[in-house]
Amino acid sequence: MSAALKTTFRFAVNGRARIIKTEGDRPLLEVLREDLGLTGTKYGCGEGQCRACTVLLDGKAVTSCLTPVSAAAGKKVVTIEGLATDGKLHPVQEAFAAEGAIQCGYCVPGMILTTAALLEKNARPTDRQIVDALNGNLCRCSGYPRILVAVRRAVEMRGAADAGQD
Amino acid sequence: MPDKIDLLEPLEPERYELREAPTYEFTLSRREFVEVAGAGLLITVTGSVARAQPGAAGRSGGTLESRLHIGEDGTVTILTGKVEVGQGSRTELAMAAAEEMRIAPERVRVVMADTDLVPNDGLTAGSRTTPSTVPAVRAAAATARELLENLRRTAKSAATYTDLARSSELAAAYKQTPGGAAVTPVKDWQVLGRPRYRIDGREIVTGAHQFPSDIQRQGMLYGSVLRAPSYGATLAAVDPGAAAKAADAVAVREGNFVGCVAPTSYASRKGLEAIAATARWETKEHPSSAKLFAHLKETASKPGGASRAPRIQSKGSIEDGLGESKHRLRAEYRVPFIQHAPMEPRAAVAEWADGRLTVWTGTQNPFGVRDQLVQAFHLTPEKVRVIVPDSGGGFGGKHTGETAIEAARLAKEAGRPVSLRWTRAEEFMWAYFRPAGLFEIEAGVDANGLIHAWDFSNYNAGTAAIESPYRSANARTRFLYCDSPLREGSYRGIAATANNFARECFIDELALAASADPLEFRLANLDDTRMRDVLLAASKQFNWRERGAKRTPRVGRGIACGTEKGSYVAACAEVEVDVNSGQPHVRDFVMAFECGAILNPANLRMQVEGSIIQGLGGALTEAIEFENGQLKNGSFAKYRVPRFRDVPPFEVVLVNRPDLPPAGAGETPIIAVAPAIANAAFDATGERSRSMPVRVKA
Ligand code: FES
Ligand code: FES
Repeated sequence: MSAALKTTFRFAVNGRARIIKTEGDRPLLEVLREDLGLTGTKYGCGEGQCRACTVLLDGKAVTSCLTPVSAAAGKKVVTIEGLATDGKLHPVQEAFAAEGAIQCGYCVPGMILTTAALLEKNARPTDRQIVDALNGNLCRCSGYPRILVAVRRAVEMRGAADAGQD
Repeated sequence: MPDKIDLLEPLEPERYELREAPTYEFTLSRREFVEVAGAGLLITVTGSVARAQPGAAGRSGGTLESRLHIGEDGTVTILTGKVEVGQGSRTELAMAAAEEMRIAPERVRVVMADTDLVPNDGLTAGSRTTPSTVPAVRAAAATARELLENLRRTAKSAATYTDLARSSELAAAYKQTPGGAAVTPVKDWQVLGRPRYRIDGREIVTGAHQFPSDIQRQGMLYGSVLRAPSYGATLAAVDPGAAAKAADAVAVREGNFVGCVAPTSYASRKGLEAIAATARWETKEHPSSAKLFAHLKETASKPGGASRAPRIQSKGSIEDGLGESKHRLRAEYRVPFIQHAPMEPRAAVAEWADGRLTVWTGTQNPFGVRDQLVQAFHLTPEKVRVIVPDSGGGFGGKHTGETAIEAARLAKEAGRPVSLRWTRAEEFMWAYFRPAGLFEIEAGVDANGLIHAWDFSNYNAGTAAIESPYRSANARTRFLYCDSPLREGSYRGIAATANNFARECFIDELALAASADPLEFRLANLDDTRMRDVLLAASKQFNWRERGAKRTPRVGRGIACGTEKGSYVAACAEVEVDVNSGQPHVRDFVMAFECGAILNPANLRMQVEGSIIQGLGGALTEAIEFENGQLKNGSFAKYRVPRFRDVPPFEVVLVNRPDLPPAGAGETPIIAVAPAIANAAFDATGERSRSMPVRVKA
């Protein structure tokens, strides 16, 4: 048997320390789904074209299908399962559900994480900036108009939450 | 009555799905099935859901218990063989039951597409959920409400559904076919007719919902299947043993079927790569997309010929009609193959336990796939259970069961559950395509600007909406079967898009010949008031007349309408044609849509919006190209589907007709998109694009 070399990788997933012994060139997407049972991250193309597989790697939205697990070593990974805190939905999740920005829903985890990353960088994006940020995320149901409405609402909700903290 | 040729009998979906030979048929094997620890039913239904007659015909005549169940805790469960692929059926059915039972939709659980539990509601296709399954659910729910009212009357109490659940009356009614109980009239609707988003939104936004590709079973392995390098290639030699040497993979070969399984997708892929390196293929000639339309024409059925005879509907005399016309026109239109490319590629998890096979898979045809498994593995229907978790898109592209069969074959060999998820490349190449079509149209218009002769021939595209809604004393409509180089199947709106593209563009050509405004020409030749109403609604919102008065270089306006599956659509587009590429860019777009009484305006709007944007793909960028039996653009990098930036400014006008029964809405809006844009591109440049995707010289 000439099985590929396995290496031990340590990283945090949704706030929990994980140690995985596996081949370093395995896509992070598959390690999350198959080894950690986190199936909220979706496969759509495996080549960086659809972003259904988006996760946050140290806060940055990345395509987990093109990210080898070795590149996640020592970093913090957040998947759609880890976005809510203490059972309270992240504002972007709440906005997508409230605005019904869901047809089949397969693209939604990727859309939500891309949006969450955008709003961390830019709390008040214009429509143009939202569209540009999400242009890499495909939705074959073509639910883009509702998704835009949901993102606008998430912006408002976060704004309101920030105002409440001041 | 308007002059109307009789409708050619609809061919879909039979023509595409049911005539196809089974993908695989395996020999019987004596292999023992290894029972998997922890195996059990993933979807357990709390309470004792009635399981009488699962799989019985659900469209009519089923018993109440095959459709509805009230738990002793008052939980209401609706059972349906329909699937949810993003069209909103789960929410719509929950609303329908809630309306009739006078309860909140949140209290209704909808069990969908589990062949052990639900009635056979047929394919989820052809926009049939709204006109056939919604009434069945409403009838069942209205019966339950009536029973409750009776109980209250006889017991003189405020009995609840919990009390009803324990009553002998309900037990007796379960065995009967529901019917007779009055359903709520549209004017009294409290739940239906009001906007509601997906009832399971929370599971989607948290990633908790398990799509078919997310199902995980104890001890599950991951599978992959060897594909031919080109269409028609046959396997001459292969060494499946190569997989074991390369990875922890177990290979299986039976005839042309070769696959392997391993503890991870990664190892499975490595195993398959090793097998593929040993495979020798014999390739076969295959027509290229460059020669597609000549190929269709050459292989088309001829009257009295060897292949299937063309289907023809005619009245009057085309020759006389053309002879008597003032303007005579003839043109040829072309529509290429396109791919559905749902975001979730085909996926299946198969598990054999206790001599039974259970498959979780994304299909629009749960009972059909069950039957395919029965056939492939020589089983009886009771030995097979197909469960369809709400799936990541369908658009008519998931009617077949090949993935389920492949996963089951691998699982049988492995003695463990196996998950098989097609890659995007497999989905592009080996799923089926929307049929390509060639159209020859000839027509005549009289001195009053009325169509007097209409001769329409469709090669291969299919018959949906082939019938012209325009009046003509002399008409002939032909559908010709051809030899399709690619595997064909259903699609959102299927042939209606192609038929309507050719017809609505040609109508514009006729209007021009008759020196008439495209809107006025249509109105003058149409009798159907529902079609006229959507045309008027769209053109009003668009300011059709005012926009026609102003001219800007390379900018034009176009209009198109159509009807299919009991609903009506009209669209107006304003485009600007790009000088270099000749591609029209949509600057403004208005669609009016009418599908009878609106059940859920929020979902309807999303379906219409989705149809417009998905339709822009076929109108502007999507066309499958192939050569030497291989796809030239089988990836999202090369096959351009609409993205966020491609969404143009647009408006949707929903025309509500509470006086008419609700019709399905997920498909028809798409048929007006491409012709409206093509007509606008012509108006902008004077160049006519007679193919999709639309390109003109600017
Ligand atoms: S699956 Fe990663 S970008 Fe498509
Ligand atoms: S909701 Fe289906 S792909 Fe976006």
